[in-house]
Amino acid sequence: MTLNLFYFLSFVAIFASLLVVFSKSPVHSVLYLIVAFFAIGGHYLLLNAEFLFIVHIIVYAGAIMVLFLYVIMLLNLNEESEPHKSNLLKFAAAIAGGLLLLILVASLKGVDQLPAATMQHDVGYVKKLGHVLFTEYLLPFEITSVLLLAAMVGAVMLGKPEKYNKG
Amino acid sequence: MIPIDYYLWLSAVLFTIGVLGVLYRRNAIIVFMCIELMLNAVNLVMVAFSNYMNDAAGQVFVFFIMAVAAAEVAVGLAILIMMYRITKTTDINILNRLKW
Repeated sequence: MTLNLFYFLSFVAIFASLLVVFSKSPVHSVLYLIVAFFAIGGHYLLLNAEFLFIVHIIVYAGAIMVLFLYVIMLLNLNEESEPHKSNLLKFAAAIAGGLLLLILVASLKGVDQLPAATMQHDVGYVKKLGHVLFTEYLLPFEITSVLLLAAMVGAVMLGKPEKYNKG
Repeated sequence: MIPIDYYLWLSAVLFTIGVLGVLYRRNAIIVFMCIELMLNAVNLVMVAFSNYMNDAAGQVFVFFIMAVAAAEVAVGLAILIMMYRITKTTDINILNRLKW
């Protein structure tokens, strides 16, 4: 049952990711990316990582995807304005991607000798994760908040029209 | 239960699709989306190993990666909007004038 669910979620994730790359309109790409993110979130649930599942849905499907859709709407991108690479470059990109996959497959060849995971741990629960986050990783957590503040200030500064940035 | 190598294969395929998208498309927004896809492939393998080793550190790292990805997307899309305002396109080939 769990294995069937794994196969289903993997199929959805891979299929949606391929459609992100190959769909013509940017809006469709964003919508397929949301599907792929939900499938990956389902994998987190399968791995007993409940906190990360919630954070993943909120951050990716809630914040990042809305940002993407908003920018596409703002720039009014559609199929006609879509730039295309030449066929030679597309062929070269496919070859390069295939070679990368080949290398990854070759490096993972001996990995099936690992014993199967038990997958019954409680590391993904909020209580345990919060304890680790606020004791062992407190300093990186605080630095992350500074990073988010810097990103916010930077985004506002970059997003303003040019004339307000003088002086 | 699901063996750990299944997750490694899945992440390898997702990461490769992300790299393929970065190489294949010229629209800067799609390139950004493919970068998000690659980050998610890495996140998936980190969660799988965190569960496998029964160690919460991997999931904390995933949490940090998500925060950095959110910051990256905010700044990146702001740069993109600024670029669109000047060049009226999101084609990354326009950016080759940054070489000089």
